[in-house]
Amino acid sequence: MNNIINEIREKARQLLAEGKVDVVIGYEKGSLPLKATPCFVHSPEGVDSLIWDETCENNLAAYAAKTPGKKAIITKGCDSRALAVLLQENQLVRDDLFIIGVSCSGVIDQRNILAEVGEILEAKISDGKISVKGMEGDKEYLFAEVKDATCQTCRYPNPVMEDLHIGETIEVAQDAPAFADVVALEEKSASDRQDYFKEQMSKCIRCYACRNACPLCYCQECFVDCNSPRWLTGGVNRAENLFFQAGRVLHLAGRCVDCGACTRACPQGVDIRALNRKMTKDVYVMYNHEAGIGEEGKPALNEYTTNDPEQFLVKE
Amino acid sequence: MKISKEKFGQAFDALVPEYQVIAPVSDANGIAFKGVKSFSEVKQDYLNSKLPPKAFFFPQHEKLMSYKKEGKDVTVKSELKVEDTILFGIRPCDAKGMQLLDMVFKNDQYTDPYYFERRDKSVIIGLACSKIAPTCFCSSFGMSPAGSEGSDILLIDLGDSYEVEVITEKGKALAARFEALSDLSAEEQALVDKIKSAETASKVDVANTTSKLDKMFNSPFWDTLQEKCIGCNVCSFSCPTCHCFDISEEVRKNEGTRVRTWDACMAPLFTLHGSGHNPRDNKKARWRQRLMHKFNYFVHNNGAMACVGCGRCIKSCPVNMDIRQVIDGANKAELVVE
Repeated sequence: MNNIINEIREKARQLLAEGKVDVVIGYEKGSLPLKATPCFVHSPEGVDSLIWDETCENNLAAYAAKTPGKKAIITKGCDSRALAVLLQENQLVRDDLFIIGVSCSGVIDQRNILAEVGEILEAKISDGKISVKGMEGDKEYLFAEVKDATCQTCRYPNPVMEDLHIGETIEVAQDAPAFADVVALEEKSASDRQDYFKEQMSKCIRCYACRNACPLCYCQECFVDCNSPRWLTGGVNRAENLFFQAGRVLHLAGRCVDCGACTRACPQGVDIRALNRKMTKDVYVMYNHEAGIGEEGKPALNEYTTNDPEQFLVKE
Repeated sequence: MKISKEKFGQAFDALVPEYQVIAPVSDANGIAFKGVKSFSEVKQDYLNSKLPPKAFFFPQHEKLMSYKKEGKDVTVKSELKVEDTILFGIRPCDAKGMQLLDMVFKNDQYTDPYYFERRDKSVIIGLACSKIAPTCFCSSFGMSPAGSEGSDILLIDLGDSYEVEVITEKGKALAARFEALSDLSAEEQALVDKIKSAETASKVDVANTTSKLDKMFNSPFWDTLQEKCIGCNVCSFSCPTCHCFDISEEVRKNEGTRVRTWDACMAPLFTLHGSGHNPRDNKKARWRQRLMHKFNYFVHNNGAMACVGCGRCIKSCPVNMDIRQVIDGANKAELVVE
């Protein structure tokens, strides 16, 4: 891991010193244990704050279009898929990007740790183990035990596009996407599913952290902020919350890269990903499409073929 | 004076038929302030709620009035419904936050009836913090984990009993309902003294922040500060003192409601003019507004900082923007001669 960090810093220093980029977007150590925070390095002197580990949980592609100038971005597999979709959708200029690819074995989901040990006072990551000192007790975890749910089903730990790769690549055993989580939800009765989403939606406070953390939610005016026509009110209740969440998921159909940034950003622990994953599965099953797995191609709903399924219209 | 938790619980339950009683409970997402029917539902051991209790006085989405047009007749109806309420278990930071909100909703010219109807009909039973989280930094603001500002009654947890301190007249009236008050033992008094003298380990120096910010409107500090902020509303919605709101009409055919909704300095519609112009049309201006409002404008207008050091924004921020570091950054920023 240290070698990777050194290489990241060295490359960042070189790119900035040679004037190839105006800014390097990466991660630095956060103010809280087990938290990294996005950082923007503008000069070679600043590169030593850059880090890389299992706490680098944000999808930095969310900053790509909003940051002016030429930028180098530390890019995980999921970040690269988001960049690919943004390029496909003409949101980015490829020549303005320098993609520093790093393979990612997953990021830590703090929620379970917090539930067990309370507020985290100190934490250390070494050799795949995370030792945590909490207000309610200490515990040692294996990384696999606290790996984010998204990362557990990840099939693209290696960047799908990059200008430079740092560190080793990760072998992926699974060749087709598995959707056991979606199937489990589909197999529930309609009323059980309804109950599940009622509970989830009642937690939402409409802070829009999910939308803003999402690299692919880039509408200049989100439908929730449009006041003429007004699609939904500021009322925070299950129905309005579901309207927002479902609307967002539909806008991401065939575009969502399943990075999990929305769910990790949610301060309320809403299972947003359950909706996104269902959409991802449907798009895969119907169109054999996975979003952003290469620089070329188009999002699923931007392409039409005569073989497209039409079960919603006619019997097939 | 102290009361055993058993006796307090009985007094608490006896108040339930007369008051809407709000208390901390454990829910799917941690600790939340909710209506309870019995003391047995109340979570005893907790740091603080995930969201601040301000919504009980200043709801996130509040109907102010409704109206209906029938032919040439227009009827207008107030939507204000207020019950006598007890808020139990409010932490000192949030109780202080309520005092700061009072300054916003009342001045020498106006009193906001929606906010103050609720405030006037409520009693706040504060509960001193026995445990202090690493993100707590209330001591930075001359407050303390056992501070009584904003509470009508302050309780200090002694294990099997509470020490009871009556702070206001309102609190005195309610405390009259607690029977079986007895004196503290020497050991208990020592525990009370210890809790009362506790300070948060985390502190930020705000001694010169306001005067520094006076000179920082055009500082390059804001250029880089805002870069990693994703512009969501988590910090504002989880803040016990954030109070910006928006008033809008929700209309259907001939009837409608006027509603007040929480706004936030990072929200796209914040300060957007009818013309389409927005004087704060970028994140830099939004962050300047956030910091200035809390640590400069509010101080000039009300004589206090609009931050109570509860640490919620630090814990909930998706990109780990830490307000303590932001204040520190402003303190250290070089001044540019204009």
